[in-house]
Amino acid sequence: MNIVVCVKYVPDATGDRRFNDADHTVDRVGVDGLLSELDEYAVEEALKIVEASDGSEGEVTVLTVGPEQAADAIRKSLQMGAHKGVHVLDDAIHGSDAAATSLLLAEAIKKVGAESAWDLVICGMASTDGSMSVVPAMLAERLGVAQVTFGSEISVTGDMVSIRRDGDTATETVEASTPLVLSVTDQSNEPRYPSFKGIMAAKKKPVETWSLADLGVPAEQVGLAAAWTKVDASAARPPREAGTIVTDEGDGAARLVEFLAGQKFI
Amino acid sequence: MAVERLLPSEEAYDLLALTRDICAERLAPRAAADEAAERFPRDVFTLLGQSGLLSLPFAEEYGGGDQPYEVYLQMLEEIAGAWMSIGVGVSVHSLSSYAVSTHGTAQQRKDLLPDMLGGSQLGAYCLSEPQAGSDVSGIRTKAVRDGDAYLVNGVKAWISHGGHADFYLLFARTSDDAKRGLSTFHVPADLAGLSFGPPEKKMGLTASSTTQVIFEDVRVPADRLLGAEGDGMRVALSALDSGRLGIAACAVGLGQAALDVAVRYAGERQQFGQPIGEFQGLQFLLADMAAAVESARATYLHAARLRDAGRAFSRAASIAKLVATDAAMKVTTDAVQVLGGYGYTREFPVERYMREAKVTQIFEGTNQIQRMVIARDLLRRVTAEA
Repeated sequence: MNIVVCVKYVPDATGDRRFNDADHTVDRVGVDGLLSELDEYAVEEALKIVEASDGSEGEVTVLTVGPEQAADAIRKSLQMGAHKGVHVLDDAIHGSDAAATSLLLAEAIKKVGAESAWDLVICGMASTDGSMSVVPAMLAERLGVAQVTFGSEISVTGDMVSIRRDGDTATETVEASTPLVLSVTDQSNEPRYPSFKGIMAAKKKPVETWSLADLGVPAEQVGLAAAWTKVDASAARPPREAGTIVTDEGDGAARLVEFLAGQKFI
Repeated sequence: MAVERLLPSEEAYDLLALTRDICAERLAPRAAADEAAERFPRDVFTLLGQSGLLSLPFAEEYGGGDQPYEVYLQMLEEIAGAWMSIGVGVSVHSLSSYAVSTHGTAQQRKDLLPDMLGGSQLGAYCLSEPQAGSDVSGIRTKAVRDGDAYLVNGVKAWISHGGHADFYLLFARTSDDAKRGLSTFHVPADLAGLSFGPPEKKMGLTASSTTQVIFEDVRVPADRLLGAEGDGMRVALSALDSGRLGIAACAVGLGQAALDVAVRYAGERQQFGQPIGEFQGLQFLLADMAAAVESARATYLHAARLRDAGRAFSRAASIAKLVATDAAMKVTTDAVQVLGGYGYTREFPVERYMREAKVTQIFEGTNQIQRMVIARDLLRRVTAEA
């Protein structure tokens, strides 16, 4: 089974994240970034599926759209065990919204498929920066294949994929046949750490870099100017105010009640 | 705060990134609880082995990473910063594996090393005895050839991983010869007659077990002899300098961890209407702590690079061990001072760091022994020139 995993390079959530002053897009250049943690589950799921189908040939291709540093997300995936990478890189892509991103991913997946047919496209449940969770659905539409989102447990038999979806009130298990676009949650598996061997092996794995021209996508269809939505203004969250420290001078309990009542907690 | 490192290759940066991820996600969150409960974290060694982090300084053909010592030691520093017991444990394990790697036959290396480097076989290093600490020549544990085995009797002391290890690297007396009386054996943990004393009640490193290892008529198969009979002293001495560098790196990691806690606290803790870090008295303390940690790091890295270049590094290793462990003691003590009353409680990690630092001045050659090694090396040169 051949699988394409779509991954995103995002600003490190533990670092200082910000928007660009000029166009209010996420600053992806001046901050530390990494493979979106939620996408690690997608990579892990793909590796597990390919490893489980012993005997049959199968490859995991990781695909990302993003600036030069996004190659780090591919590298981490290759270190975990993916077989090859594709990086869609073009200055004109900056500021693309979800619709344009799904177009680029779809065209890149078609191009991957032209070389060797794919059975599954796996995405994470959301990006840790945009958190929209719309790209998998858009991607399935553009590819003209079925989509099953938010899978918590996946099993594959032949070309049938069984997917458990955990909702707030019910759990359902659905079956779908390949080709299929699937997104998986952070409950689906425990992503592996790369190993030293994986790190060394990744250096020799093929990574292709494709431009808009390689994909046949006109520049007018992507980027900030083509975006369906636009952020007009952004402001940093104000710094947290220092807490109030009350020294207990025998009236601690009363002052605690006073505070909680003042905040309408009691 | 991530330490800025200059590393020799791109894969070394990836390795350090992997190490930091594992430390932050899998080691640091449980260190305090396991230390308090005196729980031996065997599974962590399995994880490190599976990730390849126990294999770095060993040859590729036996499952090693073929990495220079300067990379291995910086990885070790990161691990010790997250959890000192694990850092020291990795150093001990590496020391035990090192003897097989350098003195084992091709067959022994092929049979034993992959599982050691992969983390499924955890090692313990049995050199010291109750009456033989710094003075190794006082070893009394005897190994007597008996057919196709050696019959071993004696007591080893201060053995890290005692009772938890899968193999014990044993130094035992095979003759009374002063220079060639010791031999080295790879002893599987499941041999009959092998038993362990109760865990020592230690001041620190409480998650790591330290016990006596008792040999009573243990039949160690003759093919478990490493090197020739009588090579033991040579094996022990050859591993010594590398082991000292391991402890130096661990001590720097511990000092860095204490410094990080102290700096964060000094920026947050308010007294007299401002963060205590605004006071020059605190600033000088923090600056001295940083200077101690960073100079200790530079010292062990210099020794490691000498080793990687194939040069003599014995004196440099002793200097690194001395400087780094004294720095760790000073910096962890000062970190408690920075945190004041809170630092003295078990709610914060710095009192533990301080307890853990103390032993680094003692084990792997006391710092008094290091000074002897350094001075003898200096004076030998003078004598040689005269």
